[in-house]
Amino acid sequence: MNDKTNIPRTMPIQSATFTNEINAEIRRAAATGIYDIRGGGAKRKVPHFDDLLFLGASISRYPLEGYREQCDTSVLLGTRFAKNPIKLDIPITIAGMSFGALSGPAKEALGRGASMAGTSTTTGDGGMTQEERGHSKQLVYQYLPSRYGMNPNDLRKADAIEIVVGQGAKPGGGGMLLGQKISDRVAGMRCLPKGIDQRSSCRHPDWTGPDDLEIKILELREITNGRVPIYVKVAGARPYFDTTLAIKAGADVVVLDGMQGGTAATQDVFIEHVGQPTLACIRPAVKALQDLGMHRKVQLVISGGIRTGADVAKALALGADAVSIGSAAMIAIGDNDPKWESEYQKLGTTTGAYDDWHEGMDPAGITTQDPELMKRVDPVDAGRRLRNYLKVMTLEAQTIARACGHNHLHNLEPEDLCALTMEAAAMAQVPLAGTDWYPGKGSF
Amino acid sequence: MTPKSGNLSPQPYISGTIDMQTFDLEAEGLRALNTALHAQNDTTNQTAWEVINPKGSHAIAVGLDAPIEVTVKGSTGYYCGGMNQQATINVHGSVGPGVAENMMSGTVVIEGDASQYAGATGHGGLLVIKGNASSRCGISMKGIDIVVHGNIGHMSAFMAQAGSLVVCGDAGDALGDSCYEAKLFVRGSVKSLGADCIEKEMRPEHIELLKDLLERAGADAKPEEFKRYGSARQLYNFDVDNAAAY
Repeated sequence: MNDKTNIPRTMPIQSATFTNEINAEIRRAAATGIYDIRGGGAKRKVPHFDDLLFLGASISRYPLEGYREQCDTSVLLGTRFAKNPIKLDIPITIAGMSFGALSGPAKEALGRGASMAGTSTTTGDGGMTQEERGHSKQLVYQYLPSRYGMNPNDLRKADAIEIVVGQGAKPGGGGMLLGQKISDRVAGMRCLPKGIDQRSSCRHPDWTGPDDLEIKILELREITNGRVPIYVKVAGARPYFDTTLAIKAGADVVVLDGMQGGTAATQDVFIEHVGQPTLACIRPAVKALQDLGMHRKVQLVISGGIRTGADVAKALALGADAVSIGSAAMIAIGDNDPKWESEYQKLGTTTGAYDDWHEGMDPAGITTQDPELMKRVDPVDAGRRLRNYLKVMTLEAQTIARACGHNHLHNLEPEDLCALTMEAAAMAQVPLAGTDWYPGKGSF
Repeated sequence: MTPKSGNLSPQPYISGTIDMQTFDLEAEGLRALNTALHAQNDTTNQTAWEVINPKGSHAIAVGLDAPIEVTVKGSTGYYCGGMNQQATINVHGSVGPGVAENMMSGTVVIEGDASQYAGATGHGGLLVIKGNASSRCGISMKGIDIVVHGNIGHMSAFMAQAGSLVVCGDAGDALGDSCYEAKLFVRGSVKSLGADCIEKEMRPEHIELLKDLLERAGADAKPEEFKRYGSARQLYNFDVDNAAAY
């Protein structure tokens, strides 16, 4: 008689398809009947700047002295048509984030930090606040499909206008601001009833397609007497064609936002399954600029997952003129700070994973309209931290550029790079490390 | 037109007396027109402007912010009167898409017909269209009042947030789809109502509102002949049982 207790058993095996995360989402959907809504950008692992390396100087190229020889970081945006292009000390700008999604003190902190670092910040859905304009030396005014808070007085106060066609987190989608965050002030600025679930338009109400866009740009230029640059922001969907059409429509600057770019709130399925990784978007956009003879004439700003000076240097080496940061700037001013861990735990999450920005209960006081929570952001201190972070990123990018022998960040080039993976090599069109080949170039 | 002291910029040629400035758009160009109009302020004595030879140009008289009266002698392209503040703009012709888009205040009167998106996202002021308006009239309106003497096309007042849309003729499909607190008045037929838009009771305050708008728009119609439509407010907060309506 066999002793069944001694028969070896197979180990419990978790499905690679039905993971615990997937199963939890199935149970959540079954319980609530609504898709998961969250903030932030794509969390899945996609080919990114970490998959690229700089080669550095060698016999064929000589480096610059790190603390002695200058490496310029300035950038002019809007040189194509605008009377007053934006001159930035550093090629790192602050991306559009709305008052409504973010608290007033958080917006003020972004303005303070960006101004101290010599760069611009950007409004968002919901219009321009006095705090933001007052503390932003250079402010880009977003012109969005919803036109919430849109008015010509603020338009004329802007240093640039950014027509938002798409956002990397949700190409083809509009934003969400759920009722918890529609306070009296937010409702007033957006002409909406307090407490409703606000769903922004996904496309502009008064133009469709590139021919109309050209006329819309004409109108905005007429209203501002051609004074300020007109940016066109597109999501990382079809970067070659979108960049081409934006240029042909008359854009001064193209802002291209890959799928790691964040949002205040939208469906998780949208964030994770629509759009292309930032790394995959840059070379097609640069090719579009080059094919039209517009590279460095129409500037390209890249966003979506920029975190370090290395990321900045890599984006610029691939042909961008500047980058834009949103999520990283929020972290710099206090988002997902470990000091709030006990409160994250109460919300059923943990530091680094908190993304229920739409619920308005942010312990860090950034993605909230709760008067008590938002007091946790000291705009002066948070602004200083953002300034420091921007300076560090710039120093890091300069360190790399000097090591590659360049006296301006814009002199970085694809030839300074190699790729660690086949995917990254294909997307960035730089050689796989140890080879002179990338997928799509010649034969294997 | 007397150049201001110290202004070395060449001035566009504008004929006329102090009472009427006549601007030849074909001869002088769009930027010169809008620059001249933007130069007016609350105390200007150049309060009457006439634009000749518009020939369907886009962005005529956009971004104005002064209590002046501009008459466009002919038809225009896109965005005529866009983002208007204070000014009264009369178009003796028809207009292309987006007339008076995002208007804040003032009055825009169109003697002919209007293409798509008339009054889109307007925050204030009065837009009068004496002919018909095409689709998406009053889309995303945020406080503007629009009076159309004729008919309007489909998807009008889509996501309309505030203000009044008055239609003396008929309305096309999906009127007021996903609208918020805008008030919609139609004298004729409505081909269909959009999601969450319903017919509502016409109360005395609505009759008064409508009477005032019709008078200001010079429309020969009685308020009692109209029906009122607006939001049922069922889609204001997400409910899975309403998913089919989104």
